[in-house]
Amino acid sequence: MNKKDVNVGENPGNPKISTRNVNVFYGDKQAINNVSIDVDRENVTAFIGPSGCGKSTFLRSLNRMNDTVIGARVEGEILLDGQDIYASSMDVVQLRARVGMVFQKPNPFPKSIYDNVAYGPRIHGLASGKAELDQIVEGSLTRAGLWTEVKDRLNESGTALSGGQQQRLCIARAIAVDPEVILMDEPCSALDPIATARIEELIHDLRGKYAIIIVTHNMQQAARVSQRTAFFHLGNLIEFGETSEIFTNPREDRTKDYITGRYG
Amino acid sequence: MNKAVIDPTPTDWNGHIMQKRIASRYAAERRFKAMGFMAVALSTLFLAFLLFTMLGQGLRGFQRTEIAVEFDFPALTSGATAASVTGPNADAALNSMDIPGLVELAVGQQYAGLGDSLLTSAAAANVRQMLIDNPELVTSKQTLWLPADSRLDVAFKRKGEPAAEKTVAALSEKDALRTGFNWTFLTGADATDPSAVGIWAAFKGSLMTMAITLLLAFPVGVLAALYLEEYAPKNRLTDMIEVSINNLAAVPSIIFGLLGLAVFLTIFGMPRSSALVGGLTLALMTMPVIVIAGRNAVKSVPPSIREAALGIGASPVQVVFHHVLPLALPGILTGTIIGMARALGETAPLLMIGMRAFIPAAPEGFTDAATALPVQIYLWSDEVNQGFVEKTSAAIIVLLIFLLGMNALAIYLRNRFETRW
Repeated sequence: MNKKDVNVGENPGNPKISTRNVNVFYGDKQAINNVSIDVDRENVTAFIGPSGCGKSTFLRSLNRMNDTVIGARVEGEILLDGQDIYASSMDVVQLRARVGMVFQKPNPFPKSIYDNVAYGPRIHGLASGKAELDQIVEGSLTRAGLWTEVKDRLNESGTALSGGQQQRLCIARAIAVDPEVILMDEPCSALDPIATARIEELIHDLRGKYAIIIVTHNMQQAARVSQRTAFFHLGNLIEFGETSEIFTNPREDRTKDYITGRYG
Repeated sequence: MNKAVIDPTPTDWNGHIMQKRIASRYAAERRFKAMGFMAVALSTLFLAFLLFTMLGQGLRGFQRTEIAVEFDFPALTSGATAASVTGPNADAALNSMDIPGLVELAVGQQYAGLGDSLLTSAAAANVRQMLIDNPELVTSKQTLWLPADSRLDVAFKRKGEPAAEKTVAALSEKDALRTGFNWTFLTGADATDPSAVGIWAAFKGSLMTMAITLLLAFPVGVLAALYLEEYAPKNRLTDMIEVSINNLAAVPSIIFGLLGLAVFLTIFGMPRSSALVGGLTLALMTMPVIVIAGRNAVKSVPPSIREAALGIGASPVQVVFHHVLPLALPGILTGTIIGMARALGETAPLLMIGMRAFIPAAPEGFTDAATALPVQIYLWSDEVNQGFVEKTSAAIIVLLIFLLGMNALAIYLRNRFETRW
């Protein structure tokens, strides 16, 4: 490993999330190798790379979802607004409210559409009454581009929606707790192209309000939705920079090979 | 192998060998279907046989033979009035009447020479109840239908002792016999006279025992299942606990009875043969079943739901109680009721803790001496008196109806809480 690899993701300024020398282990197996990266607050950052390269693992360590995996261990420093999220003073429940997550497979609760969105605000006590909760639900669904489709059937089960609608419901559920960062783990991999396009539009609309990190297999998608792209390979961060730069003029051969479809 | 691959002759799908293969495949399918059908038919046959014999024997247990006895109340009571057997002094008035004496006198007058024990020992109590229910009876001549003695009951319903058969024939000639519904069986308790026994005491004992079992085994079992699945670290200790629980579920029930005897009666000195101790003992037996069923139900909740809840900042306890438990509840309830049904039918552990005592009155509280349905069935089946045969079958019918009710409840609860995806 050369020195350049270690520092490739550093981008001094005023990052939302900043990691230094992060290693992630599953038991004895090392999944992430010395990753240092700074994530912007106004931009959409895409993590790309071949299957098993550790991009999802890295994403899940940003809101400590890896804590639930038996044998998972994170070393190094991950700062959210300068605050170490693995410090003992950090409350993991609050962290996950601040750093929301949308998963690969749409996973609405088997409850009504309303209750799906209202669940987060309820458990965090974000609404002081029914009217305010209604407002949060409507606002979140509107921002997730789902309000007009579901406003007449808020009491129907969230699982009765189509796949794309379910994923937008999950995004609405995530933004209902007013997070600062939204992590998206291949949010479109289970969706058809039309639903995918809707989600991508949505990511555009949400940009600026939340820092967004999206893991994707689809390089066109990364090129379309992100401003900055990080390329992972075998647990290493190979290259990180402006998306246009990465796709048109990558510095590393491995990046070029992956983007041009030589492997992956 | 390689030769076959390169073999240029195309597969003859319509050839003789292929046709034979198809025929044998169809034959195998037919054989399997026939065997499956036979298995189902055989089990249905067993069930039908069980129900048929039980109903055939047991329904008679719900009936009793009654003898018409004429009471000339004005003469017998030397002019008691309806007013004298009502009101606050009714008890004293009825006591002073000497009803057992009256019954003996009336029967003696009417059926002289047919033996002295035509009626069951409870007949006097029946007359007393009739007078309390309808005081007007006392003012006139009445014909009352009173339950016959067990020997006559058996002889009238099927074949009995020769002497009893003769009496029945004589009574039938006078048109003095009929079959009535045996309310005593549903409301009474154990007795030495089979025509006076009832199932209520045992039923109530079972109900109270089950209540204790459910109250203890359900919360403890569910919490243990949730803790083991959601919280416990996966290490050697939890592996050992898991193996122990699985083994505990397979331990013969009589051993739980001995455990209950040693722990609850000897060490803690709890009241012998009480519903409390019975319930505790059966709870020990049921808990592992609930833990196993609960763990399977919790395991089958998709992990994506847990991740979704954790991902928006639900605490682990909120994940469990808002999402996992509601989704696992149908499975947990089904497992619980299967465990409870098994406990309901359990006899051996209850014998060990002394619930086989003769209980002539329904228990009033959880510490009173009680018995349970299966134990009552066991006790009655052991009686030499012919009259207990049909009572045993009738008690089995009551137990089966109880079980059926519990299973129906399980199905209802499962459908009620089942989440549609």
